[in-house]
Amino acid sequence: MSDRIREKLTILADAAKYDVSCSSSGSNRKNDSKGLGDASSSGICHTYTEDGRCVSLLKILLTNHCIFDCAFCVSRKSNDVKRAAFTVEEVVELTMSFYRRNYIEGLFLSSGIFKNADYTMERLVRIAKKLRLENNFNGYIHLKTIPGASQELLTEAGLYADRMSINLEMPTEAGLKLLAPDKSHDDVKKPLSFIKDSIIQFKDEKKIIKSTLKFVPAGQSTQMVIGATPETDMEIMYSANEYYKNYDLKRVYYSGYIPISYDTRMPMIGSQPPLLRENRLYQTDWLMRFYGFDVHEILNVKNPHLDVDIDPKLSWALRNMEQFPIDINTADYKMILRVPGIGVGSANKIVQARKFGKLRSDQLKKIGIAYNRAKYFIRCADSVFQLNTPEAFTVKNLILSESNSKYLKVPQNQLSLF
Amino acid sequence: MITYVFDGSLEGLLTAVFEFYERKPGKIQLVSQVHFQPTFLEETFEVVNDEAKAKRVWAGLCKKISPDWRSRFYKCYLSETPEIFQHLFDFACYIFDNPKGAEDNFGHPSVIALSKMDKSVNREKHRMKAFIRFQETGDGIFYAPIEPDYNVLPLISSFFKNRYADQKWIIYDLKRKYGLFYDLEKVEEIIFDYVPEVKKSNVHLPSEVLNDKEELYALLWNDYFKSTNIPARKNMKLHIQHVPKRYWKYLTEKQNR
Repeated sequence: MSDRIREKLTILADAAKYDVSCSSSGSNRKNDSKGLGDASSSGICHTYTEDGRCVSLLKILLTNHCIFDCAFCVSRKSNDVKRAAFTVEEVVELTMSFYRRNYIEGLFLSSGIFKNADYTMERLVRIAKKLRLENNFNGYIHLKTIPGASQELLTEAGLYADRMSINLEMPTEAGLKLLAPDKSHDDVKKPLSFIKDSIIQFKDEKKIIKSTLKFVPAGQSTQMVIGATPETDMEIMYSANEYYKNYDLKRVYYSGYIPISYDTRMPMIGSQPPLLRENRLYQTDWLMRFYGFDVHEILNVKNPHLDVDIDPKLSWALRNMEQFPIDINTADYKMILRVPGIGVGSANKIVQARKFGKLRSDQLKKIGIAYNRAKYFIRCADSVFQLNTPEAFTVKNLILSESNSKYLKVPQNQLSLF
Repeated sequence: MITYVFDGSLEGLLTAVFEFYERKPGKIQLVSQVHFQPTFLEETFEVVNDEAKAKRVWAGLCKKISPDWRSRFYKCYLSETPEIFQHLFDFACYIFDNPKGAEDNFGHPSVIALSKMDKSVNREKHRMKAFIRFQETGDGIFYAPIEPDYNVLPLISSFFKNRYADQKWIIYDLKRKYGLFYDLEKVEEIIFDYVPEVKKSNVHLPSEVLNDKEELYALLWNDYFKSTNIPARKNMKLHIQHVPKRYWKYLTEKQNR
């Protein structure tokens, strides 16, 4: 018995790992019923794998049997891999006993499509329901929305799940059509907007009737694979931006394609996943969500690709040198936030602290800004007067010569022409 | 400069602030008893704990700083680092000597020192929420030994009480030799007198005292940890940055099975 469950777990965890979302944040479920578990609003990463990714949830597929044959997916029908399927009871028991030992924050359940969408979705919902109602489990549950599942099932899923997600797979419709002709972005948009509307509806009801149940309290997310198809960074981020805006998503994940197939339409097996590009996309995502940048400022027809050697914030600043240097002691919070080397925390501290007197560079360093980077873009109480502002090119070289970015040591094959 | 020596307790620290304002000795240095090294040249003053004085100082602080800063002050105290006592003392004086709102002055050395230490304590607290691994014993108690850098047990008690409301558990700080026990009703502080199984050397309990299924779940967790890794993305530097080696011996997934 134990050998069988070990094998299943190995197969179905392995198949689920390409879904990068592991967030357990954003929910506020309480353990009022004296059962097991609650949701920590900041989320908790219980461990990290050797690739440095967080492990927060038990991330598994219910089964890796699938009727689809998407070229980018390891569980595609035509792929010769071992198949397995959990029973409902097995998933419940694994989740409960892992949670009791503080290994995990909860369950992230996805599945290959077997028989049809409703049949698959019904199984996922049944597990979540059993955990919540029979086992009094209040930990985090992330359920995959199966494209094409009925609205009744999605509504039911939303009552038990903290987060739901559905993957765009490829950043553009054209890319998706290339690798998964059976699929389209419309299949994703429909359930996304249905769940978004339901969330709003439940929230409105909760304002009037306090006992209204929670409905997907941690919101929705999506994921796109990058580097499998030839989209530009601009196309990727514009698409992400559109989904953030239209569907009120909590997160868009960018997953660097890890070659798992000899399909000639995609990068070959053994080529390095585009980790640096992925990192730059996440940085852009953060700039959009927390730093008040509009995506068009960072990526546009003139600059369709993010710089490889410097991060997008520095890159933007260098392209807009006429807006700098700014005076730390008088500038707007919004503008301080745009200085390379100053994060949200430091920007807040600066705005608080300057009420007590003009800030000097030693204080800024103590507050925790990356002074060596920021110094080219700011003035403070003890700044030396400079006649002419330095050229963007010079600043870039000065910053690069001082930095020892981990990425400069990583082989970068994603720029190769062939 | 006079050196104030106190017993290392929060009450002692607050009493020291009271004595300072009563005696007005000019600049002082605050040292806890365990870190104190007497010299011939320095004048010392021994702070005698006084609950009433400490309470007055605390009430005074509470009037001037926000609840956030109250908890920051307490968390910094729990760090138990020798330098933080002086910073806490300086901070308290800075707050008393200035109008309300002074705690927002991140340009001030003691404000920034507290703000930084608070961040470290929070990180350790968060790590304990993440890295504690329970083992279920034969009599159904979930046991986890820890050795946190700072004294964070008081900060995580309610978190574990709320989360694991339907199971008995013990979290034991091996470094500070005390623990928390939850009996399904309330959390109590406990001290082990003599339990041969709980030695510093073996963090993981011997299999005789464990629940029959404990080994299987640990094994499954190890399997899961390995299967969810993507070898093509291997990045040990990042891995170690997130899971520093000093925590490895407590982590089920880091034991070879």
